[in-house]
Amino acid sequence: MRRTIGLVATAAATLLMAATLADPGFAQDHGGQMKTDATVADGGQAIFEQICAACHMADAKGGGTPGARVPALAGNKNLANKDYPIILLLKGRGGMPWFTGMLSKAQIAQVITYVRGHFNDYHDPVTEADIDRVGSTNPPVPDCNCGH
Amino acid sequence: MTDFTPPTRRQLLTMIGKAGGAAALYQAMTVLGHAAESQFRGPPQLTGARPGARVLVLGAGLAGMLAAYELTKAGYAVQILEFQDRTGGRNYTVRGGDTITELGSTQKVQFAPGNYLNPGPWRLPYHHRTVLHYCQELGVELEHFAQLNHNAMVHSKDAYGGKPQRYRDLYVDYKGHVAELLAKALNAGALDTAVTVEDKARLLEAMREWGVLDKAMTYSKGLKVGTLRDTLQTKVWETIGFYADHTMQTTMFQPKGGMDHIGKAFAAKVAHLVRLNTRVTRIAQDHAGVTVNWTDTQTGAAGQSSADWLVCTIPATVLGQIDVQVSDAKKAAIRALPYGNSVKIGLEMKRRFWETDYAIYGGHSFTDQPIGLISYPSGNWFGKGPAVLLGAYPFGTGDNPFSLGGYMLSAMSPEKRLAAALEQGSVFHPAEYKAEFLSGASVAWSRMPWILGCCAAWTEDSRAAHYQNLVSLDGRVVLAGEHCSYYGCWQEGALLSSLDAITRLHQRASAA
Repeated sequence: MRRTIGLVATAAATLLMAATLADPGFAQDHGGQMKTDATVADGGQAIFEQICAACHMADAKGGGTPGARVPALAGNKNLANKDYPIILLLKGRGGMPWFTGMLSKAQIAQVITYVRGHFNDYHDPVTEADIDRVGSTNPPVPDCNCGH
Repeated sequence: MTDFTPPTRRQLLTMIGKAGGAAALYQAMTVLGHAAESQFRGPPQLTGARPGARVLVLGAGLAGMLAAYELTKAGYAVQILEFQDRTGGRNYTVRGGDTITELGSTQKVQFAPGNYLNPGPWRLPYHHRTVLHYCQELGVELEHFAQLNHNAMVHSKDAYGGKPQRYRDLYVDYKGHVAELLAKALNAGALDTAVTVEDKARLLEAMREWGVLDKAMTYSKGLKVGTLRDTLQTKVWETIGFYADHTMQTTMFQPKGGMDHIGKAFAAKVAHLVRLNTRVTRIAQDHAGVTVNWTDTQTGAAGQSSADWLVCTIPATVLGQIDVQVSDAKKAAIRALPYGNSVKIGLEMKRRFWETDYAIYGGHSFTDQPIGLISYPSGNWFGKGPAVLLGAYPFGTGDNPFSLGGYMLSAMSPEKRLAAALEQGSVFHPAEYKAEFLSGASVAWSRMPWILGCCAAWTEDSRAAHYQNLVSLDGRVVLAGEHCSYYGCWQEGALLSSLDAITRLHQRASAA
């Protein structure tokens, strides 16, 4: 008897309001609960200018002072290995978030291809298959080279 | 483990409390559905400090200043090193005449006297008892922060042709349509296996009254403004859920005149202990004490401070770049903590048209555009002259700590941010929004040179792997701040963490 009442109460509560109890990871302040409809235009350059420039700046040279620096993406030797930026976009590090909830796999591939080719001299494209390959191994986040 | 029996809730909470400290227990209670009160039991009782014992505190935000305040009271000799030219950290308010320096840009704020923007924290829930306690103890005047306003609006591009609707209308429609459907299901016998006859009757009565249904149990009365499809397209349940979220429930407060009055109240007690413009370059420790190397950012001169113990509140984004002599496990924890980002944009308008023309007094109008919401000022209702409303606050939702909107607005120049905020916010007040605009100011947290982000983003996995390593007392060094709490991105978390850190430190120092 008690069990059936409990079930209905649970079902009704679920029906009447979105489940909103904070996840242990994310009990943080947040703006609203509405999912933004913000969409980033496809294409590596557009994604870089609309998203990455928020920290790495429009010229991809980063900024800040020693000890509190946003790394430059332009002329960044870490990007020679394409897996390095893939891991960072999948997992985040330091001031950088993970992008799996914000960009599609195709967009992640596009923007890494753009940054490696436009601000550096690495012209082999990054593909969605590369993202899957790296993601499937659950690699550790490489050590912080912030400041370089 | 065949003889394993699940722990009772009390046993479970005790285990969590022992393993994770008080902050973990608080969060666990919240998640398990208890009426979650902060476990704050009043100021710490730090008795028996060794005379002359010295503590160095890095960072003069709320966590650092609370640590200094309580440790000084307990008899410790405290010094604080602060990177910025001001105290307060993310407890921050900008007013007319202030300068906002980001990576790549500088803004001069032009708001009229009395007007302000809180770029960081802006509201204090009733259950954040630590913050409320210290506001009382330090004499910070609090006023009501209007969180829920039924007369504010909800905008969704895909609903009502993109025309915003009053929250009260959508809420009533949502209740009505859901009640009608549940009543239909009940009357069709679809739930007869799940409910008793008595409860079915009660539920039908509840649905009729709650949903404002007519005698035929349909939602047809004059309150109705939209069809079921209209209502569902607005996704108004997300906003209903937002207000039901424990952390977002009323009552909320704000310091009168700006959030930084809390920081100023702490500074009144500890500012004489603070060395400003001091950039930490190295943190070392041995059996005898701690040594911190630093550079004066104004003169370029190098210096060194030493003490017996260290409380470090430097954000993980920056601490991860500094040479710190702690265990590998703590270093890994510091580096395993990405930060979220947000932007706040203050728009000063010539008059309070939202009050005079729309009868909106405080609260938020939500949108699915990148700005996330606009929020109407709670202070000085009915005031004459210019007022500042919050023109953007994109942040993560309850289940995603990051928002695209935050990065998109941060990536713009301050001028373009204002243009975007005016354009997007105009959906709510099309005739007035641009016409009444005077000036604006924005803070993009990812470009604030002293933190490079907004606040720490934990996941269940990173909590399990790193949380205890982050908060443990490591030799003579302990970390504190919102990133070291289960109440991330809230001042309550920063203060609880600080109390936890100095309690651990004091226990070790007293035993030494």
